[in-house]
Amino acid sequence: MLYAIETEEITKRFDDIVAVNKISISVKPGELFGLLGPNGAGKTTLISMLSTIAEPTSGTAKVWGFDVEKESSSVRENIGMVFQGTTLDDRLTGRENLDLHGRLYGLDGKTRKKRIEEVLALVELAERADSIVKTYSGGMMRRLEIARGLMHHPHVLFLDEPTLGLDPQTRNHIWEYIKILNKVEGVTIVLTTHYMEEADHLCERIAIIDHGDIVALDTPEALKDRLGGDVITLQLENPDNISKLCDIYDKNGCARIVSRQNGEVFITVKNGEHQIPHILSLASGAGISILAVSLRKPTLDDVFLHHTGRAIRDTRASEVEQVGFKIRSRRK
Amino acid sequence: MKKKVDRALQTIYTMWLREMLRFWRSKSRIIGSLATPLFFLVFLGAGFSSSFQVAGGRPFDPSYLAPGLIGMVVLFSSMMGGVSIIWDREFGFLKEILIAPVSRFFVALGKAVGGVTTSVIQGVLIMIIASLMGIEYKSLSGVFAAIAIMFISGIGFIGLGIAVASRIDSHEGFQMVMSFLTMPLVLLSGAFFPISKLPAWLTVLVYANPLTYGVEALRYFLLGESIIPISRSIIILIAFALAMTFLGGKLFGKMKV
Repeated sequence: MLYAIETEEITKRFDDIVAVNKISISVKPGELFGLLGPNGAGKTTLISMLSTIAEPTSGTAKVWGFDVEKESSSVRENIGMVFQGTTLDDRLTGRENLDLHGRLYGLDGKTRKKRIEEVLALVELAERADSIVKTYSGGMMRRLEIARGLMHHPHVLFLDEPTLGLDPQTRNHIWEYIKILNKVEGVTIVLTTHYMEEADHLCERIAIIDHGDIVALDTPEALKDRLGGDVITLQLENPDNISKLCDIYDKNGCARIVSRQNGEVFITVKNGEHQIPHILSLASGAGISILAVSLRKPTLDDVFLHHTGRAIRDTRASEVEQVGFKIRSRRK
Repeated sequence: MKKKVDRALQTIYTMWLREMLRFWRSKSRIIGSLATPLFFLVFLGAGFSSSFQVAGGRPFDPSYLAPGLIGMVVLFSSMMGGVSIIWDREFGFLKEILIAPVSRFFVALGKAVGGVTTSVIQGVLIMIIASLMGIEYKSLSGVFAAIAIMFISGIGFIGLGIAVASRIDSHEGFQMVMSFLTMPLVLLSGAFFPISKLPAWLTVLVYANPLTYGVEALRYFLLGESIIPISRSIIILIAFALAMTFLGGKLFGKMKV
């Protein structure tokens, strides 16, 4: 078996909406692979199909060598899944949740006991293992879910937005656990996220997914390198001049235009520090006045912007509201 | 083959175990669920016996209500146990079960066996309390037979609950089920009144109600009296339990998360 996951033109349609459009990816065993994209891009649908929860409309996928449709039971035995929302039984203790999971996956009593201690230690929950899950914080619940997903020694672990709705400190913690279990347990991990920093920090390779299509796929470094150097943002006094300025830079060949938005132009150049004077003199030579200039190393945000013409954060607000709503309705 | 049987049994046991753990954690809820039938028994019993006479001129005997109330408790908690799948879905736990490499049918069956165990425990508690209040049962073997009846009817109603829950997409639907299904089932079962001299339209409804046969069978085994022959009651209850297990398992298998 060459790949832990291999999809061929896998597609999911809901009525007339194409949620996942002919995606073909392959993930190597032991890889930490990220699906990055805004809410509604099709990330969750894709991993739902890979984890046999949803059936593909067309195309095929193999997980750990098994076909997700024809051999779904074998796929299930080999994967672990951490869903976006909690799927714990909050009336039971953490240990009971793990124990029930072990039983469902056919682990015998001795194996279960040993494994429960191992996974609890991994996510540092041993001390609270016998408390009712209802009393856990959001971060603890997520850690317990990760621990539970690992109980049965899966070869592939799916994490759907593993840090959604968590505070930054907890998020950093979860990142560490994910890295550790990828190294220590050697488990192949596929995670979805819309946090650029998360994908950048964790993943060995990233597929950027938008409207059901993969728009770019590579290591985070390569994705950023491909933009062609540092990002310079120019704010123009008169936004009407944007096209004119872009034409000048295009002709000159000194910079690549990434995008233009709200009177700002994003360009990438090699050795940005040294190029700024040249860039500015080209602008003033054409009589275009510039209000502000900034220079920074490219982030995945810029990569996303470059490939989709939109900033990923534009799509965030509605989702955060939704999560807030979900949490509120659960409290009832 | 043996491995498959082992896995099936393990799945059923796991789901049963979960129901038991949850049951044990909600002791206060159990006391609450016993309160209603006990109020019925005490107040309705006292009210009925001072106001009504049974056909033939004897005063009303409150012990008449006991089998009906046991039947009511079993019905309520079984339906509850089945419909609790809606909560499992709402709170996500259903996903954890459905993604496990186990058969959905055995998951549903395990849930049913777990739910019916809690129902029978509650039914038995009512039976014991009623006996402490002075209601006399016919025989010890009758008591054990009554427990078996609780089990069979419980399976039927839990299957019905699972079937209904599999078709409902929100917990708002749960209220509908409780008001439009369980209350009529209780009131049309002969739990509170003898079913021998009812008007024709009511007789049809009462005889179409599976709980009627549960209550009749309980009354037969606990008090030694029944209007429907006991063999007929038992056959209908078993048929109902089998049909509902099949239906519940099938609809649960098709349920979308």
